[in-house]
Amino acid sequence: MSVTTVMLVGVGGQGTILAADVLAKVAAAAGLDVKLSEVHGMSQRGGSVDTVVRFGEEVHSPIVGPGGADHLVAFELLEAGRWLHFCKPRGRLIVNERTIDPLPVLIGQMGIPTGIRAALEYEGAVLLDAEGLACAAGSPKSANVVLLGALSEGLPFSADLWREVIAARVPTRFVDANLAAFELGRAACEAGSCR
Amino acid sequence: MHSLLSGNESIAQGAWEAGVAVGAGYPGTPSTEVLENLVRKPGVTCQWAPNEKVALEVGIGASLAGARALVTMKHVGLNVASDALMTAAYTGVGGGLVLLVADDPGMHSSQNEQDSRRWGPFGKIPVLEPSDSAEALAMTREAFALSERLDMPVLLRTTTRISHGKGLVETGERTEPVRRAYTTRRDKWVMMPAGARKRRVDLEKRLAAATAESESCAFTRTELRDTAIGVIASGAAYEYVREALPQVSTLKIGMSFPLPEARIREFAAAVGRLYVVEELDPYVADAVRAMGITVQESGLSRIGELSPSAIAAAFGAAPSETRDPMSDEVPPRPPMLCPGCPHRGVFRALREMDAVATGDIGCYTLGALAPLNAMDTCVCMGASIGMAHGFALGGGGTGKRPVVAVIGDSTFAHSGLTGLLNAVYNGGNETIVILDNRITAMTGHQNNPFTGRTLAGDPAPDIDIETVVRALGVRDVRVVDPNLLRPTENAIREAAETAGISVVIAKAPCVLLTRERDEPFAVLSGTCTACGLCVNLGCPAISRDEGARARIDAELCVGCRQCVQVCKYGAIVRAGRACEVKDL
Repeated sequence: MSVTTVMLVGVGGQGTILAADVLAKVAAAAGLDVKLSEVHGMSQRGGSVDTVVRFGEEVHSPIVGPGGADHLVAFELLEAGRWLHFCKPRGRLIVNERTIDPLPVLIGQMGIPTGIRAALEYEGAVLLDAEGLACAAGSPKSANVVLLGALSEGLPFSADLWREVIAARVPTRFVDANLAAFELGRAACEAGSCR
Repeated sequence: MHSLLSGNESIAQGAWEAGVAVGAGYPGTPSTEVLENLVRKPGVTCQWAPNEKVALEVGIGASLAGARALVTMKHVGLNVASDALMTAAYTGVGGGLVLLVADDPGMHSSQNEQDSRRWGPFGKIPVLEPSDSAEALAMTREAFALSERLDMPVLLRTTTRISHGKGLVETGERTEPVRRAYTTRRDKWVMMPAGARKRRVDLEKRLAAATAESESCAFTRTELRDTAIGVIASGAAYEYVREALPQVSTLKIGMSFPLPEARIREFAAAVGRLYVVEELDPYVADAVRAMGITVQESGLSRIGELSPSAIAAAFGAAPSETRDPMSDEVPPRPPMLCPGCPHRGVFRALREMDAVATGDIGCYTLGALAPLNAMDTCVCMGASIGMAHGFALGGGGTGKRPVVAVIGDSTFAHSGLTGLLNAVYNGGNETIVILDNRITAMTGHQNNPFTGRTLAGDPAPDIDIETVVRALGVRDVRVVDPNLLRPTENAIREAAETAGISVVIAKAPCVLLTRERDEPFAVLSGTCTACGLCVNLGCPAISRDEGARARIDAELCVGCRQCVQVCKYGAIVRAGRACEVKDL
């Protein structure tokens, strides 16, 4: 099996690190070699963050360059645009349709580019309302697990394995909400064109 | 047992397995999690020191007593600790002494790039460089034994991708080392000139032994594949080379000081064209060239991080097929102060005062960014106070622009105390604002001497900043809650107008520390006049709508009331959240 690369991008504080950790643990539990790269520190104060998970028979580098990701999961619409070129031309694009205004937009120096949503749809992105689904699942903080649910549809791991790792990784009182969030993300992807 | 561990977790595990008894350090990205993980393991005493120099001195002391000790810091921290390090090479060790220094190529969370491998030849200290988590564990474990065999401290050098990358590792059991009992040895430990001269000569013998260790080091591997091209690489760069150029021969360097000259010569002779691929400085390349060996120029940048794609491109591979980038159209997203951050009240005041604010290192460095634009400098830990004093001496800050130093609680403990002592002693007239948010926030909430808690979370003596400041001779000391904007501005203005050194302690806990969220606010769009006063607080929750009126993102708002205090029109009111956490 060749190496599969999943890139999770978003805004500091959105839970990309936890999501990447769950994915990496799922891959490890499936018996694969896995490497993960994330950045802590200043970028976590609301900056753009990118986390990479790579798994396969033998993984060398934890990071990839442009055109290196088989799956790009964007936790925010603008970040999908920022990192789009890291996704392979035939790679999967899963995008949370929420926008979080970056500083230049907040203070009116720049605007959000019009048509970014349409451009992502043209690129074949699956757009979903992760926060809305997370609320329906019972915890607005589980939007990251909704996105994992959507991602899981295109990866070779069983749903049971995902559930097991999620249940072990999130705080006990949020296990039910996170498992519900996972199912809603998975179902949203089944309903959409996720492949 | 196999576990998925970060490099930092692996280093903690390796140190624990090696029987480390003492861990000391100062938080600094990307090194912080090593001690946070080590403290949770049995049989180890771990502590945050006020700065890296103290941490290394604690480590040297523990080693003197015969214990194995691990000291951790980021690259710039070693600048602070280097006074202790340079002589520790002379004294050598008792129990094994390992110093983790984590570099940050690309400056993800740092004020500069440094290549800490240079400390090897400069300080005459052996340097080990892991390439992934598994090696980080194995190398750390071995580093303590190496330190004891050589009678030298050992520097373990990582970079961000090693410390914060994760990989599968095999963990083992702890082995208690045989402790060497302490006996007085003034010839070894008292570095007065006569003794130091003897140890200087002895150091050369130990360096020769270290070179022999490097030649036989199991972490250095010659891997011959296609011999037309040979690449010497270490650390993260080695894995990138394996990824980008799987067919080339490699000499993977595990011990980057002293370098294994015989193995390098042997490798160079076995391959056609020889390259060195390394991040930051041409440290290995220069050394290999100094051996009289021809090294080809790869053209890779010496600035920032390498990547497999950059290496592939440098060696002539066609770039990967990509989608058309959209990134040029997307607004940049710099980090910003969090919604409800208490620092915002201080920066708003400094902006209103048009102060020249000499800054420091922490989350609050973000006060330099628009729209706050309230900080003029950021150089190194503790620089704010010394620079404010020097700025005034140099004739700056006269007229309507007062000089104000801004420093956090942890940074004040780290190296602000001596700067303040200097300013008082030398009759300064500056104002110093200490942002006391009760935690070391930027690195992820570590305790410090002013938080009343230790690294382990145990209660510590309550060291009160106000008392300390007064004891250092400051007469004009004020304590304010920076969430109250008007009183904060008044206090800083009055302090600036008071002769002599004034200190304002802006005391309110980090908003992420309490995790309390009040009901969010919303803007009454019919009342809002689009004046922009609230927007100019630089809160991530406040933006402008199509009509330039303010709007508040209820998901981000923590209900801190800062914006309510600046709105002149009463347009900001409490509102409910769209979605609440169910009580499960």
